[in-house]
Amino acid sequence: MTSSATPSVPPTAETPSGTAPAETAPVRKPRRRFGLHVLGPLMALVALIVLGAFLNDNFLSAANVQNVLARSAFIGIIAVGMTFVITAGGIDLSVGSMAAFTAAITILAMNALVAPLGVSVLTIALGMGVALLAGLAAGLVNGALVARVRIEPFIVTLGAMGVYRSLTTWLADGGTLSLNYELRTLYRPVYYDGPFGISWPIIVFALVAILGELAMRSAPFGRHCAAIGANEQVARWSAVRVDGTRMATYALLGLLVGVATIMYVPRLGSASGGTGMLWELEAIAAVIIGGTVLKGGFGRVWGAVVGVLILSLIDNILNLASIVSPYLNGAIQGVIVILAVVLQRERKADS
Amino acid sequence: MLRRDMFKAGMGLAVAGALTLGAGAGAALAQDKQVIGVAIPSATHGFMGGLNFHAREAIKRLETTYPSLSFVLATSGDAGKMVNDIEDMVATRDIDALVVLPFESEPLTAPVQAVKAQGIWVTVVDRGLSVPGIEDLYVAGDNTGFGRVAGEYFAENLGEGDNVVVLRGIPTTLDNERVEAFEAAIAGSGINVLDMQHGNWNRDDAFDVMQDFLSKHEDIDAVWAADDDMAVGVLEAINQAGRNDEMWVVGGAGMKEIVKRIMDGDPMLPVNVTYPPAQIATAIELTALGLVSATPVSGRFIIGSQRITPENAEQFYFPDSPF
Repeated sequence: MTSSATPSVPPTAETPSGTAPAETAPVRKPRRRFGLHVLGPLMALVALIVLGAFLNDNFLSAANVQNVLARSAFIGIIAVGMTFVITAGGIDLSVGSMAAFTAAITILAMNALVAPLGVSVLTIALGMGVALLAGLAAGLVNGALVARVRIEPFIVTLGAMGVYRSLTTWLADGGTLSLNYELRTLYRPVYYDGPFGISWPIIVFALVAILGELAMRSAPFGRHCAAIGANEQVARWSAVRVDGTRMATYALLGLLVGVATIMYVPRLGSASGGTGMLWELEAIAAVIIGGTVLKGGFGRVWGAVVGVLILSLIDNILNLASIVSPYLNGAIQGVIVILAVVLQRERKADS
Repeated sequence: MLRRDMFKAGMGLAVAGALTLGAGAGAALAQDKQVIGVAIPSATHGFMGGLNFHAREAIKRLETTYPSLSFVLATSGDAGKMVNDIEDMVATRDIDALVVLPFESEPLTAPVQAVKAQGIWVTVVDRGLSVPGIEDLYVAGDNTGFGRVAGEYFAENLGEGDNVVVLRGIPTTLDNERVEAFEAAIAGSGINVLDMQHGNWNRDDAFDVMQDFLSKHEDIDAVWAADDDMAVGVLEAINQAGRNDEMWVVGGAGMKEIVKRIMDGDPMLPVNVTYPPAQIATAIELTALGLVSATPVSGRFIIGSQRITPENAEQFYFPDSPF
C-alpha cells in the first residue's frame, strides 16, 4: 500500500521500499544514497572509537567495552521504540519517568511476593511480568490519549512525565525503594552475567535492535509508521489503520521501557525519584543523531543504536581521558547532537 | 525497610494515601494559634527525602508538645513555586514565623526579605540567602567540615604514594566548599588524587563514573564518594570489577543502609561523615521554642559534621527514615 507512494528508485539495502515518499523523492541520483547522512553517524562512531583507543589503552579492553554496551542498553532499548514513535510523527517525553515508575512497581511487587513465594526464580519471573505489564499499560494510556482522544503527543507525554515522576517519589516516600537483599543476590546476574561472558543487557539490546530493524524495514508495521509520519491523510486513504498503528507505537515503546526496567533493576537493586532522569531526552537525541526525521516519515533503527553508542562513548571517553573539564561534558554532547542534525540538512541543501 | 515495602505493596495505595492525608491534616489552621510556615524543597532525592521526613516528624512532635502552635508545610519542586508558596503562607495563613530552606539563594532572597519586612520571624536553613542579615536564625550543616572530616580520615589512614579517586556532587558552591576542604585536609600527606568527576549525587551516574575509573586506573587505594547515594553506585561497580579487597569507600550524609553496614563492621566502609537531613528539625524546634517562650534563639547554629565509626554508628542509625 505505501509502496504505491514510493518513487521509482530501485529498493536496495540503503533505501528500503518502505521509506516514506517525502524522504526518498528527492533522491534521484543513486550514488548520493551513501552520502554523509547515512555514513555520518557511523563515521562519528568510528572516530570516537579511534579517539578513545588513542587516549587510553584500557578503552578497548573487554571490561570497558562490556561496561559501555551494558550501560547503553537501557536507553538503547528505549530508543528503538522511540524510533517508531517519532517515525509515525509522534514523540514521547514520559519514558524516563515511566522507567522510574515501572522500576518502583517492580521492586514493590517482588518484595511483596517474597512472603508467599520466597526468594525464588518464580518471584523474579512474576516481577518481570509486572514490569512488562506496567510498561505496556503506561504505553497504552499514552497511545490512547494521542490516537483516540487526539491530544498532542507532546502534551500527553509531558503530563505523563510529571505524573510518573511524582508517583515514583511518592511510592518511595521521598527516599529510595530497595529490593529485598536475598532476592537482589539472586536477580543480580541478569545485569552482570550472561552466556559466553556477554552480559544479558547487551544480548537483549542486540535482539531488540535486530527485531526493530527488521520491523522497520520489512514488516508492514514499519512502513505504516513511515506513511503516517509522512502524511497522515494519504496514509488513511491508503487504508492504513492510522489510529491503531499510532497507538501500537506507544504501546511498543511502553513495553520496551518494561524490558529496559527488567535489566535496570538488578544493577543497583533500587529506584528513587531520580531514576531515569532525562532518559527521554537522551533517547530522542540518539534517535535524531541516527538519522530519523524528528517530524516523522522516516526512521532508521540501526541509526538510533549508533546514536546511543555515540552518546555513551562520549561520557566514557571523557571519564577515561580527563581531557576537558567535567563541567563541559554536557556541552560536548550537545554539540554532537547539533552536528548530527546539521549533517541531516546537508542533503537537503544538495538537492 | 523490608517491612515498610511489603506493607505498602500489600495494603496498596489507599494506606499510603491516608498517611499523606494525615500529615497534611496536621497543618490545619486555627485562628487563635501561632502559625509557623515551613517551606522546603520536595523530596526528589535521598537527602531531601530524609529532610522531608524529619520536617514532618518534628511538626508532629511539636503540635503535640505545644497545642498553641500550628504549622503549614509546603514542599516545592523549584524556586518559583517556593516563592509562590511563601507568598500564599503570608497572605492566607497569617504566619508568625517562617522556616525556609531556600531552593536557590538568589531567587529566594528578595521574597524572604519581604516576609521579614512584615515583622515575621525568619529562620533560614542550610543554604544561605545572598544578602546577609535578613534571617533571625540560621541553621546549617557544615560543608567545610564535611570535606575536612573525610579528608582527615584519608590523611590518617593513607600515606605517601597512595592513590584515591573522588566523586563530586552536582557542580555547586556547596560541592566546591566540600572538595576544597577535603583537598586542604590531605595536603602534605603525599596522597595522590588520581581523578575527580561529577557523579551528581546520583547512584547511576556514580556507578558509570566508578566503572570508568576502574578501567582507567590499575591502582586505587580508596574512594571518596562524598555522598551515600553515590557510595552505593561506587560499591556496586567495585564489586562488579571484583576489586573489593583493594580499596575502601567513604561516603557521606549518613544514609541508614550505609550506617548499618558501618555498624556491622564492613571492611569496605570504614567510616562515614554526617551532614544530617535532621537539621530541618533543629530549625523548626528552635523556631517553635522562640515563639512559645522567652528563650533567645536568634543567631547562627552550625551543626558540626561528625565522623561515624563502627563504635558510634548506632546513634546515627534511623531505621524509620527513608534516608
